[in-house]
Amino acid sequence: MLELIFFNVTNGLIVGAFYALMAIGLSLILNLSGVINFAHGGFLVIGGYLAYVLTPYIGFWGALIVSPLLTAMIGIAVEWLLIRRLYGRDPLYGLLLTFGLAFIIEDGTRQIWGANGLPVSVPAALMSSLSSRFFFITGYRMFMVATVAIVVALLFVLLRYTRVGVRIRAGTLDLETVAALGVNVRALRSFNFAVGIFLAGLAGVLAGGQLGLEPTMGDGLLMPSFIAIIVGGVGSLTGTLVGGLLIGVAAGLTAVVFPSASDAVMYVIMAIVLLVRPRGLFGEEGMLA
Amino acid sequence: MTADQRKHLAVLAAIWAALLFAPYWMPLFGGYTALGSRVLVLGLGAMSLNFLLGFTGVLSFGHAAWFGLGAYACGLALKHIALSTPLGLLAGTLVGGVAGALLGTLLVRRRGIYFAMVTIAFGQVFYYIAFQWLSLTGGDDGLRGFARQPLHFGLFQIDLLHNDIYFYYFVLFCFAIAVGLMAFILRSPFGRTMIAIRENERRARFLGIPVELHIWIAFALSCFFMAFAGSLYALLNNFADPRMLHYSLSGDFVIMAVMGGMRTFWGPLLGAIVFVVLQDYISSVTVNWMSFIGLLIVLVVLFFPRGFLGMLRPRRAA
Repeated sequence: MLELIFFNVTNGLIVGAFYALMAIGLSLILNLSGVINFAHGGFLVIGGYLAYVLTPYIGFWGALIVSPLLTAMIGIAVEWLLIRRLYGRDPLYGLLLTFGLAFIIEDGTRQIWGANGLPVSVPAALMSSLSSRFFFITGYRMFMVATVAIVVALLFVLLRYTRVGVRIRAGTLDLETVAALGVNVRALRSFNFAVGIFLAGLAGVLAGGQLGLEPTMGDGLLMPSFIAIIVGGVGSLTGTLVGGLLIGVAAGLTAVVFPSASDAVMYVIMAIVLLVRPRGLFGEEGMLA
Repeated sequence: MTADQRKHLAVLAAIWAALLFAPYWMPLFGGYTALGSRVLVLGLGAMSLNFLLGFTGVLSFGHAAWFGLGAYACGLALKHIALSTPLGLLAGTLVGGVAGALLGTLLVRRRGIYFAMVTIAFGQVFYYIAFQWLSLTGGDDGLRGFARQPLHFGLFQIDLLHNDIYFYYFVLFCFAIAVGLMAFILRSPFGRTMIAIRENERRARFLGIPVELHIWIAFALSCFFMAFAGSLYALLNNFADPRMLHYSLSGDFVIMAVMGGMRTFWGPLLGAIVFVVLQDYISSVTVNWMSFIGLLIVLVVLFFPRGFLGMLRPRRAA
């Protein structure tokens, strides 16, 4: 029994780390640009498939770095061509545009790579089990969690200690003032968008190594990411991180006692948070809400 | 009667005449009666959403939940309670509407983008329930085993099941009642207050209008209309499946409303006509219909944000 609980909590943490990675990217874009990026799952898929294409040439480790960067570049292009035109308009339009974009990306990947699952080959060293008793702790799963932890830590350092990071945080609070202080807000938003998409691309590579690739693989991750943001509180990246881990672990624990409800539990958490603390766990009153 | 009013009446007469004679003129353009019924039902859904989106200015991106809930409740009532079409409609409308009204209490304090996110996420709850609860809903395969029943009027009865044209007129009748009710509400002081909240929420609040209460009532009414449309959709297909609850369908309703013109009363119906007919046509000629629909959405957002009917009007407050 104890092992079962341990198994499900570890599983929940891994899944939660994933949700957090997706949700933090979404949250960054939402905070600074006011756009709910429905196509975030689509960018995840692009990241995964780029890794599939690149792995034979530059290996898994190369693809792990290059394919999120390429995804981020595609993200910048999309921001330049489409999303930039929507800043300052009703949030409805950003939502709709990225909704349409998600359609195009899903259909496009299916057209290019087919509807059937494809694998991302992972180095053999990562695939072995680390412990014979806890067989489920494979090297790859630990590697995923470690990667997410490192990337998120780097992101927080970036936001706290670099000039551009401070500007992003300031822009989240009051973009007009930041613009009035002479910061190039357009470039800042592009950069911020690219960081968010980079995280989505990275999540795609990691997910591809564990589960394989499918054109619809982003769909299942999008909703938990939304909920992670709502639970954590719109406007707070720490909240998003905690929210992602929380719903992941909660889903894992629920799977021990009532497996068919493990998907539903995150909605229950969201409902409770909205009832008890409508601004979210780490949200501040008045932020975007 | 001023020229404006005369024009308005003429337009209304033209719309109703076109709808009334649709089964006769549609085949000339390659349409079929069931497609007409589908346009009407989805159009009613888009108008119900727009009741909230366009006239109260509240963005719900999870309205398919109430639509699908209505569809399931209608189907389940026909399957398990009684073989009666009006009962199915009533059950669907009540279940979807009450569920929406209850959840609405959690939502009304949220605004803008936050409101949209919460409605998307809550909408998916019902999708998961429909997907998981195999014994009741049939899961991914959908709910089968029910069919719309003939209407009994004592001396005679109308066979809705086998005669598509009869069913079209039944849908049109329901559509007319719902749309009439919507127009009536929008003309009432309550409806005017909704528009006031859309235009300037802070000023409305200063005038002593209980903004949260108004938004909640508008949300709940919109859910009831939506669930009514969903019930009709279940009757149309004799089938309900989880995709009727999914946020993609919510997005479809939003795009119908925006494409037609969300600041206009009839815009969403026009949007639904264009969207449904286009989808029906494109999916019959290419497997890549998703790309085309996606492209259509992107183009509408970039170039026709005020919608077809919005473009015809001068830029002034509706």
